[in-house]
Amino acid sequence: MSRNLVVIGNGMAGMKAVEEIISASPDAFNITVFGAEPYGNYNRILLSPVLCGEKSIEDILINSFEWYEENNIRLFAGEDKTVVRIDRSQKIVYAADGTQAPYDRLLIATGSQPYILPLPGNDLSGVMAFRDIYDVNKMLSYTESCRHAIVVGGGLLGLEAANGLAQRGMHVTVVHHHSALLNRQLDKAAALLLQQELEGRGIHFKLSSSTQEICDNGQGHVGSVKFKDGSQLACDLFVMAVGVRPNMALAQSAGIYCEQGIMVSDTLQTFDPSIYAVGECIQHRGQTFGLVAPLFDQAKVCANHLSGHGVAEYKTLPTATKLKVSGIQLFSVGNFIGDEYCEFITFKDPDAKAYKKLVIQNQCIVGVVLYGDASQGSWFHRLMEAQTDISEFRDSLIFGEHYCALPPTTNEEAA
Amino acid sequence: MKTANIDIIDTVEQDTSTQIIKSTCAYCGVGCGLNIEISQVDHSIKVSGDADHPANYGRLCSKGSALAETLSLEGRLLHPEVHGKKVSWPSAISAVAEGFQKIIAEHGPDAVAFYASGQLLTEDYYVANKLMKGYIGSANMDTNSRLCMSSSVAGHKRAFGSDTVPNCYDDLDHAELIILIGANSAWCHPVLFQRIQRAKEVNPALKIVVIDPRKTNTCDIADLHLPLNSGSDTALFNGLLTYLAQNNKLDTAYIENHTESFEQAISAAQNDAGTIQQVAKLCQIDPQDIETFYSWFADTDKTMSLYSQGINQSSSGTDKVNSILNCHLATGRMGKIGSGPLSLTGQPNAMGGREVGGLSNQLAAHMAFYDQDRSIVSEFWKTDQLSVKQGLSAVEMFNAIATGTVKAVWIMATNPVSSMPNADEVKRALELCELVVVSDCVENTDTLDLAHIKLPAAGWSEKDGTVTNSERRISRQRAFNPLAGEAKPDWWIISEVAKAMGFDEAFNFQCAADIFREHAALSAFKNDSAHLLRDFNLKGLEAISNQAYEVLEPIQWPILEQGSIGTARMFETGNFFTENRKARFIPISTKSAVNIPSEAYPFILNTGRIRDQWHSMTRTGLSPRLNLHKPEPFVEIHPNDLLKLQLKQGELAVLSSQWGSMLARIEESQEVKPGMVFAPMHWTFQLSSQGRVGAVVNPAVDPISFQPESKHTPIRISGFESRWQGFILCQTKLKLDALNYRVDIRGEHYWRYEIADQEMTLDELKILVEKQINDNAEEKASLAWQHYEDPASQLLRLACFNNGQLILVLMVQDKHSSLPERAWLSSLFSGAENMAEIRPTLLSGKPPVGVANVGKQICACFNVGENTIKGLISAEKLTTVSEIGKACQAGTNCG
Repeated sequence: MSRNLVVIGNGMAGMKAVEEIISASPDAFNITVFGAEPYGNYNRILLSPVLCGEKSIEDILINSFEWYEENNIRLFAGEDKTVVRIDRSQKIVYAADGTQAPYDRLLIATGSQPYILPLPGNDLSGVMAFRDIYDVNKMLSYTESCRHAIVVGGGLLGLEAANGLAQRGMHVTVVHHHSALLNRQLDKAAALLLQQELEGRGIHFKLSSSTQEICDNGQGHVGSVKFKDGSQLACDLFVMAVGVRPNMALAQSAGIYCEQGIMVSDTLQTFDPSIYAVGECIQHRGQTFGLVAPLFDQAKVCANHLSGHGVAEYKTLPTATKLKVSGIQLFSVGNFIGDEYCEFITFKDPDAKAYKKLVIQNQCIVGVVLYGDASQGSWFHRLMEAQTDISEFRDSLIFGEHYCALPPTTNEEAA
Repeated sequence: MKTANIDIIDTVEQDTSTQIIKSTCAYCGVGCGLNIEISQVDHSIKVSGDADHPANYGRLCSKGSALAETLSLEGRLLHPEVHGKKVSWPSAISAVAEGFQKIIAEHGPDAVAFYASGQLLTEDYYVANKLMKGYIGSANMDTNSRLCMSSSVAGHKRAFGSDTVPNCYDDLDHAELIILIGANSAWCHPVLFQRIQRAKEVNPALKIVVIDPRKTNTCDIADLHLPLNSGSDTALFNGLLTYLAQNNKLDTAYIENHTESFEQAISAAQNDAGTIQQVAKLCQIDPQDIETFYSWFADTDKTMSLYSQGINQSSSGTDKVNSILNCHLATGRMGKIGSGPLSLTGQPNAMGGREVGGLSNQLAAHMAFYDQDRSIVSEFWKTDQLSVKQGLSAVEMFNAIATGTVKAVWIMATNPVSSMPNADEVKRALELCELVVVSDCVENTDTLDLAHIKLPAAGWSEKDGTVTNSERRISRQRAFNPLAGEAKPDWWIISEVAKAMGFDEAFNFQCAADIFREHAALSAFKNDSAHLLRDFNLKGLEAISNQAYEVLEPIQWPILEQGSIGTARMFETGNFFTENRKARFIPISTKSAVNIPSEAYPFILNTGRIRDQWHSMTRTGLSPRLNLHKPEPFVEIHPNDLLKLQLKQGELAVLSSQWGSMLARIEESQEVKPGMVFAPMHWTFQLSSQGRVGAVVNPAVDPISFQPESKHTPIRISGFESRWQGFILCQTKLKLDALNYRVDIRGEHYWRYEIADQEMTLDELKILVEKQINDNAEEKASLAWQHYEDPASQLLRLACFNNGQLILVLMVQDKHSSLPERAWLSSLFSGAENMAEIRPTLLSGKPPVGVANVGKQICACFNVGENTIKGLISAEKLTTVSEIGKACQAGTNCG
């Protein structure tokens, strides 16, 4: 007779784990899922295309309600189904509306919430983050009535938001504290090409500057923004995309040990052996997470243990970044800035808006930045992860797989 | 591409009239006849072999086939210049005349000199010789034939009493044994080589022996190759003479009736190389092979001995020639059908030069400086100024210039700063010389760079006169292009100077035919036993009319009466031109080279020609396809030596002797013996930074012929440690003199530069190139640059596009071996490819997947690539060379 698994959080990480468990050992658990959003599980990564109008909500749904039924998963979705308490001694979780579910095993996948800058005026209407379908719909409605958008944060999410809003016809300015866009993902050269491209699409940039105050237009709505440099810009939509914070309040209140996030072991187990956690809510070996790839890896490892195989261990690997702005190909992974111990292979064709940089150490790729043509990104990533010695085909490496005869397994010196 | 163009021309010609002018090839001494087809539509010129010409019967080699590509006015010298200023002809002429007169007045006639060339026509040569020896009164008239032929001349004279080539090409079709000695005919006389090839096809019994330290392409048809030690030829032939005597293979009757001094010769031979064992030791070859060679020679009446620079360019060159002639005299094989010696001359008119007396130890028309000779010539020339003694030979001449005893020199149609041995010294000599006059058809040569007075001479396609080939055959060279700019025929320039010096009536020539008639008349003048019987006699042509001269058919001298068809063979009756009409045996003892290898200079440098280039490349260098065969100065080194030197194929080597040094690309080769290396003679300052082999070659000369020992210089070899190596392909000409190593190679629609440097950083190189491109561009804005850099591997690759059109590719790397192939990248300059598609991965140097790469050119005549041929072979299951020829034309012309 199977035991109860309760999953808190109907997001990508939690549901990936559930899918893995179902495929691994279908009958191991009666599964109950609590989700604070009134939908099935959807692909959060594709919210940007929805904002641009390139995709609809339906397009990005991963698991419809039918899927939960078909797999006999009890889904409690909606704001009133937000889990508010975990009783670890009774092993029961309680939702806001009193719904309760007992568990033998509990999986916390409460994800993260956007960081809201502690600025005067951050409570005005027209000030928002970019996190979920609710935010997207809100932004879309603003695009009807508003003209001037300011997006704070020149990271992936910020640029995707800015692009979406610009495509919806708004006058968008991206404000970034750093002098280069995507400074976590790109080197200066690539960042500059990206900036030129986006400027070409009508997006404005205010770099190396930060916001001082969000000003009321008199009706409790944002009207303009003051910056630390004293300048001021008209604004009636203010979007913050300055990172996320793990959602760990619930776990903390249940006495589960947290630091920046819910602390987990290499098996994604919390300090309570019957409680696991995956996704943006966790902290693993001092690291928190914001990109999807590691979340899926966590989900796999976690599922492996929940379904009783108990062999896998989670290890954080360098994650490749892609910007989901149509027509822009960029890719980066690893130590793409490099240091004095690194060698650099670069390719530049400014007129063709092409830039490639490979960072090499001991004849292995340790970092990659691609702009313009990112088609070889995953191949470079594979070589990097496999630590392949590239000396045999170093001259052609940057031109991609087709141009490189990978070293023969048998050593044919003559050839 | 190329063949396609030719096809188009062909079809055009079918329905329009094409003017055909017969002429003679500009290159080697085979003297091939040409049909110059001039399209009346687009005036395009097509050069093909003249099927009626006995020298080639329609065949041409790769160089001859490409003649039409060398006719552009680009790089031509078009105006007279005095001290860097353009001047009119009259003032140029008087500048030369006064310059010479002044020095003659102050220092006497021997303070001036002419240095001429086997590229001159007989008529040009005659006038130059007449002026110097007949009127200036010095015999300081020498020619680059000194570097090429003079040992044969001296050998002939010692044996025959005259400089006579007894046999002819036709004999190759009758011979049953052909010996090629020190001659890579496959590359240097390709059309004769093919004739021999065909003779062997017709008569499989025909045996071919190649005697050469190198296993050259000529060995491909050899039944026996004797890779003897450089310089040991005399031992081999002394051994042969001994063998003939020991085995009663001598023609005693012939020796008795037609020769003298046999005893001295045979005893010298026996002392030198009495046994095959001795020969084997001296020559370092297998005694079995020697035995085979000797027995073949002994038993084959119809034996032809062909020899060239391997024999001539030696400090014992004259002895080598005579050691060969001795064996032919001893067997009575002289001037008979299919039997006799045949010296292969290097240049188109080396023989013509010898006929007029172009060498400083000749007077004129095969006469010397004996009183009788001199009185005949002065009477004929009506001069009392005739030089009394022989003059300075080439090496002596430039030494005399260096020491200042010769103060004025007029260099005609040759480039001693690159072709002379110890060439750096020659350069210094000319830099010191008071007056350097150079007449040439091109604008820049290493020698012209040092000229005070430059005289624009007519180019090959504009010249009208005669040349003589290796078999004494006089052929007309006919003008089919108008004179370029203000260029003038050499004979005209020399005559004008002569007149300006006050020798009016003696040089009052109106046309080439005037000169030819006088030349013929001199050869016939008092040419009889009553006075002075000479071999060279053109009596039959002394009265030739202008029309008859115009249509003169190729004909072999002597031509004793009008209407004669000439003389195919000499000495058939065994009468020679010594006083007693007997040929002379010359006792020969083997001498080692003057400069022998030492610990400091352990290798022997051998030099020579390559298949697709001619001399200093001023013409062949203009032909893209000819530049593909051997694009760079190279040195062939045996693998064992490379191992010792720790050098590799494709790396750059420094070749240095105690006289000078050069840089060359290493070619690993089994064709050279260990300890011996080979480098080509062609590269000059114009096309390379340090590719002049002349700078390395020692100035030792043969004591009799004064011919330099160009095939034996002790050298040291070391690797060239470059910071980086690479190449540039560029639509326009770049100035890269700043680089240690630089070779300019003209391609189709582009220039290719092979480069390397020891200090220059990649950034400096980038700036050097980018600046020139930017400065050349009409509007910088239309330029787009691509950069690919890997500093850790000293890798820099650049591409530049002008409005999307590729105009430059630069590829530089730490190792030469890791550079991409040039063929495909070069092809992109034709503009045919779709750049947009190629651009993203262009700098990989590899075609995008699916784009064919024709590969390295194999056939220069039809420009067929290696991969193309390989492709056809596999696709069409081709098994023989001729099948390949059918499939893609490759190899159907020059073989």
